[in-house]
Amino acid sequence: MSKPTTGKPVTPGKPVKQIHLAAHFPGVNNTTVWSDPRAGSHIEFSSFVHFARTAERAKFDFLFLAEGLRLREQGGEIYDLDVVGRPDTFTVLAALAAVTDRIGLTGTINSTFNEPYEVARQFASLDHLSGGRSAWNVVTSWDAFTGENFRRGGFLPREERYSRAREFLSTANELFDSWTGDELVADQATGVFLRDARAGAFRHTGRHFDIAGRFDVPRGPQGRPVIFQAGDSDEGREFAAADADAIFSRHSTLDAGREFYADVKRRLAHYGRTHDQLLILPAATFVLGDTDAEARELAHEVRRQQVSGQTAIRYLEHVWNRDLSSYDPDGPLPDVDPDTTEHTIARGRASVRMFRDPLATAREWREYAEAHKLSIRELIIEKTGRQSFVGSPATIADSIDAFVQADAADGFILVPHITPGGLDGFADTVVPLLQERGVFRTEYEGTTLRDHLGLYHPRTAADPERRADAERLADAGQRADAERLADARARSLDGRAAS
Amino acid sequence: MSASPSASASPLHLAVALDGAGWHPAAWREPGARPNALFTAAYWAGLVAEAERGLLDFVTFEDGLSLQSSHPTAADERTDQVRGRLDAVLVAARIAPLTRHIGLVPTVVATHTEPFHISKAVATLDYVSSGRAGLRVRVSARPHEAAHFGRRTFPGVGEGGVIPPELAADLLDEAADHVEVVRRLWDSWEDDAEIRDAATGRFVDRDKLHYIDFEGARFSVKGPSITPRPPQGQPVVAALAHGPAAYRLVGRSADVGFVTPHDTAGAEAAVEAVHAERTAAGRADDPVHVFGDLVVFLDDDAATAAARRERLDDLAGTAYASDARIFTGTAVQLADLLEELSAAGLSGFRLRPAVAGHDLEGITRGLVPELQRRGLFRSAYEADTLRGLLGLARPANRYAATA
Repeated sequence: MSKPTTGKPVTPGKPVKQIHLAAHFPGVNNTTVWSDPRAGSHIEFSSFVHFARTAERAKFDFLFLAEGLRLREQGGEIYDLDVVGRPDTFTVLAALAAVTDRIGLTGTINSTFNEPYEVARQFASLDHLSGGRSAWNVVTSWDAFTGENFRRGGFLPREERYSRAREFLSTANELFDSWTGDELVADQATGVFLRDARAGAFRHTGRHFDIAGRFDVPRGPQGRPVIFQAGDSDEGREFAAADADAIFSRHSTLDAGREFYADVKRRLAHYGRTHDQLLILPAATFVLGDTDAEARELAHEVRRQQVSGQTAIRYLEHVWNRDLSSYDPDGPLPDVDPDTTEHTIARGRASVRMFRDPLATAREWREYAEAHKLSIRELIIEKTGRQSFVGSPATIADSIDAFVQADAADGFILVPHITPGGLDGFADTVVPLLQERGVFRTEYEGTTLRDHLGLYHPRTAADPERRADAERLADAGQRADAERLADARARSLDGRAAS
Repeated sequence: MSASPSASASPLHLAVALDGAGWHPAAWREPGARPNALFTAAYWAGLVAEAERGLLDFVTFEDGLSLQSSHPTAADERTDQVRGRLDAVLVAARIAPLTRHIGLVPTVVATHTEPFHISKAVATLDYVSSGRAGLRVRVSARPHEAAHFGRRTFPGVGEGGVIPPELAADLLDEAADHVEVVRRLWDSWEDDAEIRDAATGRFVDRDKLHYIDFEGARFSVKGPSITPRPPQGQPVVAALAHGPAAYRLVGRSADVGFVTPHDTAGAEAAVEAVHAERTAAGRADDPVHVFGDLVVFLDDDAATAAARRERLDDLAGTAYASDARIFTGTAVQLADLLEELSAAGLSGFRLRPAVAGHDLEGITRGLVPELQRRGLFRSAYEADTLRGLLGLARPANRYAATA
């Protein structure tokens, strides 16, 4: 899959890994700085158009939209310090398909508060309407809090969320594969519209879904949308190794990244999949400056914008699970210990689950703050959401390339902190440097997102041929053969699709 | 208000109902039908651009959660008609950035969808179209469609296609609840809820975000929406109605009702029924448009149109039947008919082109100029939003404190 390099050579003899880059529309959390004078609307379509066109101009692989299905609350009230609200994911992506040509369109869609038939027809429709650029970040949820917005409610027991998610995805795949792609004849002379009277027929009987009938959207250009998975737990990693095309991970330091990368890629063989069939794409923030020193200064300023005194107190409440509004953010950490009973203070956000042992976290933070003489706000600035890449364009290009060549990632999903212009500088200054090095495309080579990501187009139901090949070759450790075969197959499939 | 029963000289509103290659089952076999393009964005963009060229108020996009069928309540296995379609909300969204004035009204099946998702999807369609979104709500009693979801069954619905009246009434009541939730969610953010107040660090004024606390027979929804109030405040809600239970849904929930009268008396009765239901629902002051639905075969002379209809019927193997009146003739004759029916109180028409690739142009290039000559149709778009085109004011927010 390696491409001719156009820039300066890297270590002779070692193939250059191509970097994948994606753009995460700034989200509903304190990474997004809304108080900056340059910050625009996060709802108006013009912001999405600007952001998507910038990413496409820079030849990014795809655009990424997150989702949350209930406004976050803290202390029983809607949380008002961060950006609040977002548009509907599918609708924005379909509209963006009209104003872009090549960039992939990735939507986060929940498998708990949807039904497979509806989601599958939405993704298949998006794939048709975008010419094969759709991708689905499959997320799960169990909380009754979010469930209060849905007719199905929040009945899902926590331990079943992955089981439902996996069955949801496999059911959706059965629906995507219920059309093989050659049913449409539409011969006006003979009057045959469909070749197969049972096109789209499916039956799924499982623990979570018992459905049957006929799927009503013919096979899209990609066959199936590209599948992303974002969970980091053991279950999440297995889910990804079994079923995902890419992981949206959170490990953005080199060591943690390499460990995660190796761990997840190791799991692939068990599922008969090869090393290159699952891409590891961590989320990453960045702060660009003309010089490294200027970038560091800017980064500090951005952190202060992201973490106001109020935000610091609210964040500390996630760990303490208590109302800490009487504390001074410029003062020391609370002496009182976290409340370790059921978490009640913050609802509708994923981050509270990061602190599995709040007592230990509190102890560690207190010690750290005392040792470095930090206030609550300074500690939170230090301990949360540190920027991944800070520096001049050359420094950032170096770091990104180093991460990818060291197998800490296959690329990054960049999360700018300003809507909608936060990607502009990166597109203008960092991307050309990566292109000069020969590690990032200068033009799109294919039209679908699967093309951009080097994933081949799945054919029908279980892809038995492909899976058997992968299994055999992976077992024999013949990775090069597997690659060659995958390439050959992808080419032959593309030929088929074009005919 | 233009929506009250109108004098015959009032301008008419015109919409077109888009469905695959057209409403006749053999439409895809006509020259110009482009059956191979039905699943491409370009096909739909072309149709909507043509409708916009004709200054139409809006287009609707048919949809359902199962393959099309020649049977009213069961699947078929026919291979000689168009089968398969794209999600209507996504088609509308895909077309929105390519158009400027025309309203975009996708069909949504209330029976199997989450009102929370539908509300934010249509609100977002309103954002990406700068205020041109609507939704046409429908119900489904098809057992095979319910089996795609596996959460309910309709055992009373027979192979004969008969839907028990109590089931129909129940589904329509549920649809009214669905629309109620969708509408409350649109209002769950006041227009000025986003304050971006750097001084206090608050992005929103949380007093201007509202729980909707809906509790109905089939579902409860808490709110608020995750999407701020859309540009129109309340996008336009439409529904097709053939009888008393559906007239009730229109009266309770809709801004536009599509009815299917076959003559002036039928039109008068439908208009009267809708307005009676509107009054009964306590909405006597809310304008509700009643549009007549017609299937149209339009040609330069009536004989050609009739011959084309016959040819299509031959291809289909059976004479085309419809819930709506089927018009076959010239633009002048159709203009006469619309004028006559509008005198009965219809404020507009939703025309269903028998062949999209032919009869849509018959409407935009034949009927529209004829109506313009008679002073019955706009000669330029007079508003930027769908509500504006329909003469509907931007409604106040039900949750906003009145000063």
